[in-house]
Amino acid sequence: MQRTRWFWLICLGTGIIPFHTALAEEPAPSLAPYYEWQVTNYAIDEPLGGLTGDAERGKAIAGNQSRGNCLACHLLPIPEEEFFGNLGPPLIGIGARQSVGMIRLHVVDQSRFNPETVMPGYYRPPQQLHRVAKGLKGRTWLTAQEIEDVVAYLASLK
Amino acid sequence: MKIHSIAYYLLLLGLASAPVHAQQPVSGYDFQTPEMQEMQDDDFANPGMYTVEAGEALFATAGGNGKSCVSCHGEGGKQLDVKRIAAYPVYSEAQKKPVTLRGQILSCRNERMDGPQLQYSSEEALQLVAFVRRLALGETVNVDVSGPMAPYYEAGKKLFHTRWGQVDIACHQCHDYHAGQTFRGQTLTQGQSNGFPVYRYTDGHVVGIQGRITECLTNLRAEPYELGSEEYINLEIYMSARSNGLKIETPGIRY
Ligand code: HEC
Ligand code: HEC
Repeated sequence: MQRTRWFWLICLGTGIIPFHTALAEEPAPSLAPYYEWQVTNYAIDEPLGGLTGDAERGKAIAGNQSRGNCLACHLLPIPEEEFFGNLGPPLIGIGARQSVGMIRLHVVDQSRFNPETVMPGYYRPPQQLHRVAKGLKGRTWLTAQEIEDVVAYLASLK
Repeated sequence: MKIHSIAYYLLLLGLASAPVHAQQPVSGYDFQTPEMQEMQDDDFANPGMYTVEAGEALFATAGGNGKSCVSCHGEGGKQLDVKRIAAYPVYSEAQKKPVTLRGQILSCRNERMDGPQLQYSSEEALQLVAFVRRLALGETVNVDVSGPMAPYYEAGKKLFHTRWGQVDIACHQCHDYHAGQTFRGQTLTQGQSNGFPVYRYTDGHVVGIQGRITECLTNLRAEPYELGSEEYINLEIYMSARSNGLKIETPGIRY
């Protein structure tokens, strides 16, 4: 709580606009392309767009409040981040429990497992989204590359 | 039948027979830390009281025709019916539509007192609402959504169950299913409306119920509506009725 307060104070003091606020205002520049995905047996086996993920980058995205923000709901082995939530199950050891394809589907669209899930859709088809903020229209929350990075990170948690 | 299938059957039965909307309403207060509850309960420590006091001063300020709220409602609003305040939003036969407490205050001020005209989203309107709601402190929220209010309530309920924005989750998914769990160090509540306007401890601003909906919509990376819009009025009606039975706490203190 202290930290969030300081964060905003510093933003106010320096005139820095935090990343997610800035995003909401700028017109969509070159959109990262949206790749279709296919589900077989509760898994997306093919990497999105054939991209290769990077676990280190994935870890940063998962911990970043204005990107994946997975810590808002899940416990992850990122001790340097103080706050995490318990809306979702802990993800420690997930790479040992599940296939990469299944992990990918969880991150892309958890509602395929539970239609009433509270977990955001990180890569649902943009045209299905309702009343997206101006400047974010046509975009998924995470890009295909970011999804692959997060998937690589989770798969490494063994 | 094997033991585990009986257990499974009982579990299914339990899930099926526990509709979430039938849950007991619990005030956001009950989810705050003891320090914050104490701060809310102590008028001298509760920073939301500055907004209430600013509202009290406006209540006594004359409009264009020399009349103030006091002229009709008495010194300090003594003649206002606190039970009626706790029943807002109500249906206005004259306007043939529902009015929120803020809408009612604005029409008194803008029509009967001859201005200066206040906007729905103005700071002054927020201060006046805070003062008037405070008069009903401890009263039980009692909103009637039968009769002509029913379609507006249903419309609000539908919005509460709509998925929003890039994040693509609906209000009820957090506030009906996950109250009490933590969301990045913050305890999620049922999103009840009885404390409003509330003082937000995180950054020290006072916000009304519709402004708070804007904050959640923004977090969902959705395009919010204007304060006073049909959508927000319908949501306020649904959310007020959802808080029926809770005590008014204005100004509540929330994380
Ligand atoms: C708003 C809450 C929320 C956020 C944010 C969230 N999740 Fe989840 N997640 C859940 C919930 C709740 C579940 C449990 C199943 C269900 O109800 O859908 C879940 C399930 C999962 C699962 C399956 C776990 C298992 O054991 O089967 C994975 C993997 C997962 N989430 C990954 C992520 C990643 C990666 C991110 C961020 C990029 C993330 N989640 C962000 C709420 C969330
Ligand atoms: C991803 C989760 C999430 C979703 C979806 C969500 N909220 Fe919230 N909401 C929160 C959190 C976290 C808080 C702050 C803690 C609290 O008071 O519950 C909050 C607080 C509130 C409060 C303040 C309650 C109080 O006592 O001060 C209201 C009112 C509210 N939300 C309404 C809504 C509405 C209306 C929607 C849909 C448009 C919505 N919320 C969607 C997470 C969410």
